Amino acid sequence: MPLRARRRRIGAFTIGNTVLMLTVCFFTLYPMWFVLVNSFNASEHAILGTVNWWPKAWSLDSYRVAFNDPHLMNGFFITTMRTVIGTTAHVLFTAIVAYGMSKRQLIGRRVYMKIALITMLFSGGLIPTFILMTKLGLYDSFWVFIIPAMYTFFNMVIFMSFFRTIPESLEESAKVDGASDYGVLFRIVLPNSMAVLATIALFSAVYHWNDYYQGVIYIRSQDQLPLQTMLYKIIAENAMSFMQQQAMAQFGARLPGNSIKFASMMVATVPILLFYPFIQRYLVKGVMIGAIKG
Amino acid sequence: MDRTRQPVLRRMRRQWQLQSMVIPGIFWMLIFCYLPMFWLIIGFMDYSIAKPMLQSPFVGLKHFEAFASDDRFWRSIRNTLGMSAIKLGLGFVIPILFALLLNEIRSLRFKRSVQTISYLPHFIAWTIFGGIALNWLGEGGVVNQVMIGLGLQEREILYNSDPVYFWWIVFFTDVLKETGWSAIIYIAAIAGIDPALYEAAELDGAGRWQRMWHITVQSIRPTIAILFILAVSGMLGSNFEQIFMLQNNMNLRMAESLDLYIYNMGLVSGRHSFSTAVLFARSIVALGLLLLANYTSRRLTGDSIF
Repeated sequence: MPLRARRRRIGAFTIGNTVLMLTVCFFTLYPMWFVLVNSFNASEHAILGTVNWWPKAWSLDSYRVAFNDPHLMNGFFITTMRTVIGTTAHVLFTAIVAYGMSKRQLIGRRVYMKIALITMLFSGGLIPTFILMTKLGLYDSFWVFIIPAMYTFFNMVIFMSFFRTIPESLEESAKVDGASDYGVLFRIVLPNSMAVLATIALFSAVYHWNDYYQGVIYIRSQDQLPLQTMLYKIIAENAMSFMQQQAMAQFGARLPGNSIKFASMMVATVPILLFYPFIQRYLVKGVMIGAIKG
Repeated sequence: MDRTRQPVLRRMRRQWQLQSMVIPGIFWMLIFCYLPMFWLIIGFMDYSIAKPMLQSPFVGLKHFEAFASDDRFWRSIRNTLGMSAIKLGLGFVIPILFALLLNEIRSLRFKRSVQTISYLPHFIAWTIFGGIALNWLGEGGVVNQVMIGLGLQEREILYNSDPVYFWWIVFFTDVLKETGWSAIIYIAAIAGIDPALYEAAELDGAGRWQRMWHITVQSIRPTIAILFILAVSGMLGSNFEQIFMLQNNMNLRMAESLDLYIYNMGLVSGRHSFSTAVLFARSIVALGLLLLANYTSRRLTGDSIF
């Protein structure tokens, strides 16, 4: 009976649903495939964004242009530095604050928590924050990427609730052996929190890698621009001048501007695409923790 | 009993290590969260960034009156509400539907693969995703080719610059990028439902759609309610990274959301006090919306955030 019931269920619904899910996958993957194909497409086909599945004429020229562009490579460097330093700073700072906050014996804990909670309900917003950054000397400075992004309430709460699940006895025994609070945090608590550390580090890294908005607002000098802000300028403001001039000089009209754009987009996305299969589990886990707490 | 009588400072000194972990965080919040809140009062001043704040003259509600009589402000309100309404009215159910349909997939491997693929675009930067969208929607782009190829339109349409299409472009790109990611919470909620409920329903003769509606949807109702409250209270906000990427001079008429208006007035035109007045008014209305949505949801469904 159960067997027959299951057989019968492979009907119109299952087929339709499967087709629908495959369609979702297609619409999700095709845009990235489109960029990849067109970044290798050296022919005039890439000038117009023709629907295609495979490059009409293979070429690495657009990558040669992208990798030879000193501005783009400098942006790559700034973004890498920002991601490494920014993620480290965020994880360490937020985790240390959260560990202190997770202790019930912490004097003033209620006041501290209120101070932290109010930041969720009100905020100054764009203009006051901009003025503050200017007054702090962070305008047009690399540190504008790092310091304002060192802490978020959300991640602090995730850390805090995770630290609470670590058995008290583990910490007590270290204390008996004469470890300080910092010793307990760095030698006992953090090594036992690798999953949550990885999750939050990944979220922070993805933010730092993908963010272009901070660069638009706070950075004026060309040599401080992160990669994504540069891409924003290339795509939205069509500020291709330098790369295009270089490409024209090198390859003539053979190399269309669009394929250079697509190659730059690939350069900015490949790190995410490469790590994605390995990190996506952690990312989902992070949302689950957040969802349960929120 | 004795310990509580000791002065607070002395007790705090005894746990200086713990305090030294938390206090830098509190300082950070005071500087990066509370100072900007304090700076909102420049909305009541004629502030100049070159001078110390308190030397700027108080001008009362001048800037509030100024934006209230600015047509461009009301246009930005219309744009924000329009885009939010589409997102809320049509977009809110899409991740729920996706989660429900994905849940009906029997093969675990297929289900996992679809899920993994579906949240990939969330991790692609808006510069890339928006760049692809602009390319597809432009002259000779994929959208025009497909539409002409299918005979749905005769000539090329400049979707990327015609203001009429902007709200829908925002909606569709948001759906394409975020559906899978937004569905995670619902998928997690569905995973937590007791399988016995389904078995019982099956024995009672409930069909697939009845089980979906009476068990799955009813079980995840609290999650839906909470996300709906958050969505309503965020109606005056917009996805700045998305809109900033997709807007241009030609579609600004429909593209300028409140966020973009504040940015254009405050940072592009340098009217700091004016923009701050708008920000101030918005955060008060947003708080009101949050409380209202919360109250309504509690009244109607019994589920609320606080």
